[in-house]
Amino acid sequence: MPSLKDVKTKISGVKKTSQITKAMNMVASARLRSAQEKMENFRPYTSKFNEAMSNLSGGSNTSSFPLMEVRDLKNLEIVVITSDRGLCGSFNSNIIKMTLKKVAECEAKGVGVSLVCVGKKGFQLLKKTGKVRKKYTDIMSSFQMFNAREIASDVSENFLSGKADRVEVIYGEFKSVAVQKPAVKPFLPVEPIQSDVTNKISGEYIYEPSTEEIMDVMQPLYLNVMIYHAMLEVGASEHAARMTAMDNATNACKDIVDHLTIVYNKARQAAITAELMDIVGGAEALK
Amino acid sequence: MAQQIRLEVVTPSGAAVNEDVDIVNAPGYGGDFGVLANHAPFLSTIKIGLLSYEQGNKRENLMISGGFCEVSNNTITFLVESAEFGKQIDVDRAMKAKERAEKRLAQTAQHDESINRTRAEAALQRALARIKASKIA
Repeated sequence: MPSLKDVKTKISGVKKTSQITKAMNMVASARLRSAQEKMENFRPYTSKFNEAMSNLSGGSNTSSFPLMEVRDLKNLEIVVITSDRGLCGSFNSNIIKMTLKKVAECEAKGVGVSLVCVGKKGFQLLKKTGKVRKKYTDIMSSFQMFNAREIASDVSENFLSGKADRVEVIYGEFKSVAVQKPAVKPFLPVEPIQSDVTNKISGEYIYEPSTEEIMDVMQPLYLNVMIYHAMLEVGASEHAARMTAMDNATNACKDIVDHLTIVYNKARQAAITAELMDIVGGAEALK
Repeated sequence: MAQQIRLEVVTPSGAAVNEDVDIVNAPGYGGDFGVLANHAPFLSTIKIGLLSYEQGNKRENLMISGGFCEVSNNTITFLVESAEFGKQIDVDRAMKAKERAEKRLAQTAQHDESINRTRAEAALQRALARIKASKIA
């Protein structure tokens, strides 16, 4: 039987923990709102962008662009986007698991793999594989377009130099507040976008400069947009995952406190009973 | 009333402008161009510079950074990385940025490898466009 004091300390300890988890839950939900807003604001940009890209690639010969060149797969590069901070349930470990699976698959086929880690957690967990080519850490809390641009241009340079024949992005897709799933997206070579409305007016467009030159500008931009989008999704997913994890933790704390309170009450009652027995026993003996 | 064209300026952080306007002037790849209502479908890349539009006798100036623009169905859409209204620009900051960029460029002229020339040039262009946009406003 634990002593009264022990139980009491434990109860207050668990209560303090639940205060922290509750606070973290609230912070995460506030951040989730702003991350979702950011995603919402970005949506018109991507949709317009894709529209223009499909108009463009509909009208031109796409195979002539170095960024669209499809090569035999000898070296794969994976951009792994995770969060910078932990305590968000299995969010990061799911992404890592998926990455490691992919790496193992490639190695079985004799394909070389290099990793680019965006976000501290991914780097911490993947550095022991010895395949990390580059890392971008501590940017997930307040990233901007130029962070995405830096990553995209570095990765595409590596692709153009022939060190990687294909690039994929693994990130945490934001399905809903309750569901976040790791997802793989092909990144390079750029795949031509098929528009649903086939060539509505694309034939009559006036291009300035030529389509080829526009594509040269648009493709890197498109890559920026893709990385930025993935980073936004990871940002939102991270907060959503943390919210759920912290909610679960708060509930678990409550259960533990309830249980410990019962233990405490029982112990106290036992102590009182024992004391009474003592007194009664003493009185009996004096008779 | 004269015919108008819809102007949309979209940045990664949301739409900056969504209005019907009389004329739009923008820095295109091959030089500045103006677009009026019912323009033919058109697609151009955009340089860092000054975007201006008129609406009746009201005239607005924006500093925009690179991207591209598309004209179709009497709508002109700019997809740019950032857009700032001339009246919201902090001139002192832009001036300081200009000086800093000029200094860095001067350093690259002396073969200082530590400085990225293209980045410094872009910074200078942005600063100049900001100053220009804020002066006209």
